[in-house]
Amino acid sequence: MILRLVLGSLTARALTVGMTILSIALSVALFLGVEKVRTGARASFADTISDTDLIVGARSGSVQLLLYSVFRIGNATNNVTWQSYQDIAARDEVDWIVPMSLGDSHKQFRVMGTTPEFFERYKYRGGRPLAFAEGAGLGDLYDAVIGADVAQALGYTVDAPIVVAHGLASFTEHDDQPFRVAGILAKTGTPVDRTVIVGLDAIEAIHVDWKSGAKSGSVTPTEVIRQMDLEPAAITAALVGVKSRLQVFRLQRWINEYPQEPLLAVLPGVALQELWQIVGVAETALIGVSGMVVVTALIGMMAMIFSSLNERRREMAIWRAMGARPGVILGLLVAEAACMAAIGAVLGVALLYGALWLARPFVDQAFGLWLPIEPPSLQELRVLLAVIGAAALASLLPALRAYRLSLADGMMVKI
Amino acid sequence: MTTNAPLVLDRVGFRWPGRAGFRLTVPDFAMRPQESVLLLGESGSGKSTLLSLICGIVVPQQGVVRVDGTDLASLRAGARDRFRAERIGVIFQQFNLLPYASVEDNVRLPLRFAPDRRGRAGDAGAEAERLCLALGLAPELMSAPAGRLSVGQQQRVAVARALIGQPPLIVADEPTSALDARTQDAFLGLLFDQVRAAGSALLMVSHDDRLGARFDRVLRLEDIAQTQRVAA
Repeated sequence: MILRLVLGSLTARALTVGMTILSIALSVALFLGVEKVRTGARASFADTISDTDLIVGARSGSVQLLLYSVFRIGNATNNVTWQSYQDIAARDEVDWIVPMSLGDSHKQFRVMGTTPEFFERYKYRGGRPLAFAEGAGLGDLYDAVIGADVAQALGYTVDAPIVVAHGLASFTEHDDQPFRVAGILAKTGTPVDRTVIVGLDAIEAIHVDWKSGAKSGSVTPTEVIRQMDLEPAAITAALVGVKSRLQVFRLQRWINEYPQEPLLAVLPGVALQELWQIVGVAETALIGVSGMVVVTALIGMMAMIFSSLNERRREMAIWRAMGARPGVILGLLVAEAACMAAIGAVLGVALLYGALWLARPFVDQAFGLWLPIEPPSLQELRVLLAVIGAAALASLLPALRAYRLSLADGMMVKI
Repeated sequence: MTTNAPLVLDRVGFRWPGRAGFRLTVPDFAMRPQESVLLLGESGSGKSTLLSLICGIVVPQQGVVRVDGTDLASLRAGARDRFRAERIGVIFQQFNLLPYASVEDNVRLPLRFAPDRRGRAGDAGAEAERLCLALGLAPELMSAPAGRLSVGQQQRVAVARALIGQPPLIVADEPTSALDARTQDAFLGLLFDQVRAAGSALLMVSHDDRLGARFDRVLRLEDIAQTQRVAA
């Protein structure tokens, strides 16, 4: 009966109570949403590369190497010579090695030259291999394999022609040597989705007529190019797998101390961790802000209860006259606040799932972030309980005032 | 039925602590079981203070207030609140009810804090409805929110609420002042019938001496209580 009266009292003030509940719901949805995006981002971030033991590139910072080799963000400051690459490949510890040659682009997407072994060796999300949605891997010299986002954004299907542009955001194109889409990869949620993959020799081929970054006048016919030795002089980076994990550090040290050229080998997991620490500051700030929004909503609720106290003195007097102890009055107000927060929390969760369901395709497309729609985790339930608890706590202040008022007023309120 | 006097005030002296106002003294006042007493007093004559003393909201600095044989000062605050719920039915001048609660919930509200009285009421829902019907309320009003009733209907609901579980003492603070003359009379008729049926004593405070005819005793407040204005 008391609960029924509490709910009755709340519905009687539907407008103000509704507004308060809405603000709590929005703040809860925001908080949980940020949490979802954060964990989603972290997971998809850590899932970008797996089963690779070392990433090798020219000496720079480990985060930078990770960014340009795996995330295709930024550029390498220097290349790795083919000689160094072969020296590393010849080491006993090395099980497999896949070269990567970056620097060219197609429309807004980066072009990566590599060997067919890339498709077997590159793993993501705990060892998942790349899969073809359509077509097959690199066969001919002028074959290209495109990521799912590239195919979707540009509307390419198998056999479509592709002209690679020299450099990034450039107007010079390798239009004399067009490629053919040989295969389209299935969606991975990694930067591979936004990459055009061609053979390492193809990168060499389209630069045959280029001398020190500029196109020379002559055009070598493709028939001639096909007969040429297309061994590259340098690559951008390489992914390395070792035979035994115990050898990783020995190989890493060897590469880092390689005397002929300054090289850098990093463990992907460690570099990801380092990168996440940089991103993590923003993450903490985001959580802090959304936490403040929840606090603001609760303070709003507190103000609402405070302002309603005066008009409810009569109601309190009735409760007192009926034999309710002042403690009951206090309990009533706290129960009302907890009810509002609980309804707000449930509504907030509903809002979150609604928004998630609506925004998921967009977020996936725009940021390559696949947000899972799962039942609330234990952590999230804990957050909801904390919100309800905090609301009850916040309502203690106005409730104590009501307590004192009802002690002073007794049952005789003159209105 | 109890043979205790429903109300005894013996050499009571009280002043509100810490603020300017009255000092109220009641040398000797008592009611017999099932007696009805009308106390006439203008507003400002200390009647709110007197009612607060009788209901145990405040305790006197001197003397004894005894309700149904129990000295209110001997109870701790929480116990006094429960005691009030058990033994006293209260009817205010106006705004008696929780407007958002149904008529039935309003009538049953005091039972929530008074287990003994709940026991006496038996089936609380049926008893609430019986009282409301006896007071001339339509049965379909039972589930209506009290705020939607007319003032006259609300006052009758307040009577039903005061009477449920037959408390030995009913305290009514100008319950008719919000009603027009014709409704007043009908209301008092219903009130007296039900108070008698419940076997309760009735103490009504009013400034309107025309109500006197129905009561066993009519007293002026100043005959039983003296007030002195005091500074804080």
